[in-house]
Amino acid sequence: MTSTFKLSASALETLFAALSTGGWRILGPTETDGRVEVREVKNPSQVASQYLQSTLSAKEVAFPKVERLLSYKMTPGQVELQDHDPELQPTVLFGARPCEAAGFGVLDKVFNWDSRDKLFSARLRQLTVIGLSCTQADDACFCTSVGGGPGSTRGSDLLLTPLPKGGYLAEVLTAKGEALQALVPAVFEPAEGVDKEALLAKVEPVFDRAELTAKLPGLFASELWAEQSLRCLGCGACAFVCPTCACFDIQEEADTKQGQRLRLWDSCGLRQFTLHASGHNPRNVQAERWRQRVYHKFSYFPQRFGEAMCVGCGKCTRACPVDMNLKEHLTQASGA
Amino acid sequence: MAERNPYLPYLMRVAKVTEEAPAVKTFRLEFMNPEEAANFEFFTGQFGLYSAFGEGESTFCIASSPTRKGYIECTFRAVGRVTSALATKEEGDIVGFRGPYGNLFPLDAWRGKNLLFIAGGIALPPLRSVIWNCLDRREEFENITVLYGARSVADLVYKHELQGWEGRSDIDLVVTVDPGGETADWTGKVGFVPTVLEQLAPASANTVAIVCGPPIMIKFTLPLLEKLGFGADSIFTTLENRMKCGHGKCGRCNTGESFVCKDGPVYTLAQLQNLPAEY
Repeated sequence: MTSTFKLSASALETLFAALSTGGWRILGPTETDGRVEVREVKNPSQVASQYLQSTLSAKEVAFPKVERLLSYKMTPGQVELQDHDPELQPTVLFGARPCEAAGFGVLDKVFNWDSRDKLFSARLRQLTVIGLSCTQADDACFCTSVGGGPGSTRGSDLLLTPLPKGGYLAEVLTAKGEALQALVPAVFEPAEGVDKEALLAKVEPVFDRAELTAKLPGLFASELWAEQSLRCLGCGACAFVCPTCACFDIQEEADTKQGQRLRLWDSCGLRQFTLHASGHNPRNVQAERWRQRVYHKFSYFPQRFGEAMCVGCGKCTRACPVDMNLKEHLTQASGA
Repeated sequence: MAERNPYLPYLMRVAKVTEEAPAVKTFRLEFMNPEEAANFEFFTGQFGLYSAFGEGESTFCIASSPTRKGYIECTFRAVGRVTSALATKEEGDIVGFRGPYGNLFPLDAWRGKNLLFIAGGIALPPLRSVIWNCLDRREEFENITVLYGARSVADLVYKHELQGWEGRSDIDLVVTVDPGGETADWTGKVGFVPTVLEQLAPASANTVAIVCGPPIMIKFTLPLLEKLGFGADSIFTTLENRMKCGHGKCGRCNTGESFVCKDGPVYTLAQLQNLPAEY
């Protein structure tokens, strides 16, 4: 259903204004002290102009760091349970890199593959993603090795690709994208003869994901994982910046009269993740936890869902305090 | 569109508390909502998450049999924050339960076979659901043998039920305690479970073995069973990894590609041999 248009540089102001008038919340990448993070914005001038990636992923829009699952009140002999629905406000995520946008599809598989997660699904339903193609990449990027690309449309409802002389090539990809177009139809101008590929960053594939997935079961007992993770601190930063890491913890916050049950981001890199109350730990050393991270994303998840639990954004590599490089480690495993 | 929140537990009233062993209790739990009670169904081998409101949730099996309607039972040792809080609950108190989750012991496939149960310590509860289920459908199975061991006489769980099984002619019960764990009036066996198993030397023909116990017991029991001629497809066990969600999302209970909460907790030895030992 893709239809391609051109937007002038000023078209975004018209779009943002129409969204604000319509009661939409707009989230976009903003820059503060050299760090780019996704925050609420009102107009396009607040959006970071030149940026590779935000440090944190935008997954929080659908999968918050901390989220209330339920609450309760306790009186003698009684417990009263309270269900909660998330506050629903139609939201536009503007300027999501194609890797970020693709991450939502992976999260959707995790949360809805069997039973449905009502909180996640409600947040995803009210989310419209305006992707922004990459015209630059760095050494950590490897989207093209995991099925994505700097101009990939996956996960975006509307994808913008910057044009050299200002303005954007705009691809309307979904019904949600059409709804945006319908808000400001006049700014969507006909586009002809634009070579999108020529506008994009070049990200050379470095390994074949399907081959890696086929290879991993035979590498389980390899020394590779211990070698790669010798310097791993087990800090969990890689998981917290990742657009597809969905593992979570459930914790109680309560006093003697009332409490709430919270879902929080967690990481397989942390020792407590699998620790039993008895002290036994099925993944007792960091090498086993690093292997779990690699295998979950590139072996177990593809076996179940046919795609990697990774979009090749490289955020984990950029965030790692000891310079572990996922692209290099996967390339090494592919060649092992 | 009203979607069900899968994290909302059922409210359950503690109907009965049984002190089983030091720090080990059994709760009988009854649904507070009659509609939920009527719609609740589970299979032997499934588990749930039990809430101590104010402290959190903990995962363990349903230790009662689905043939006993109107309640579920669980047996747990007070070890961590949640189980310690649960252990303070008294009859009439309210706890939460959500489930059932996971797969089941394939009782229907065991019809016409001999059943050999081998359990150690606090690992009898998951097998208790199976044993009672089989006893309640007794005519479907041939010989039923239970070998149960604990560190000491005091550590044996379900002492009254063991006495009851002792008195039944349709179940062979062998109870043992570790050397040094016996009391002056102990009439059962003394010795580790694998040692006693070797003495018993049960026939493997037309027999399935259902094994649950601490890792050290499992380690020495499995080779013995294989020596006795039990095939890896005829040996069943149930795993208990740490869990938070119980339904395949939170990401921690997997052993290799298998989610213990979805694909387990019941596995055959043949299945486990194809998975990494992450349990």
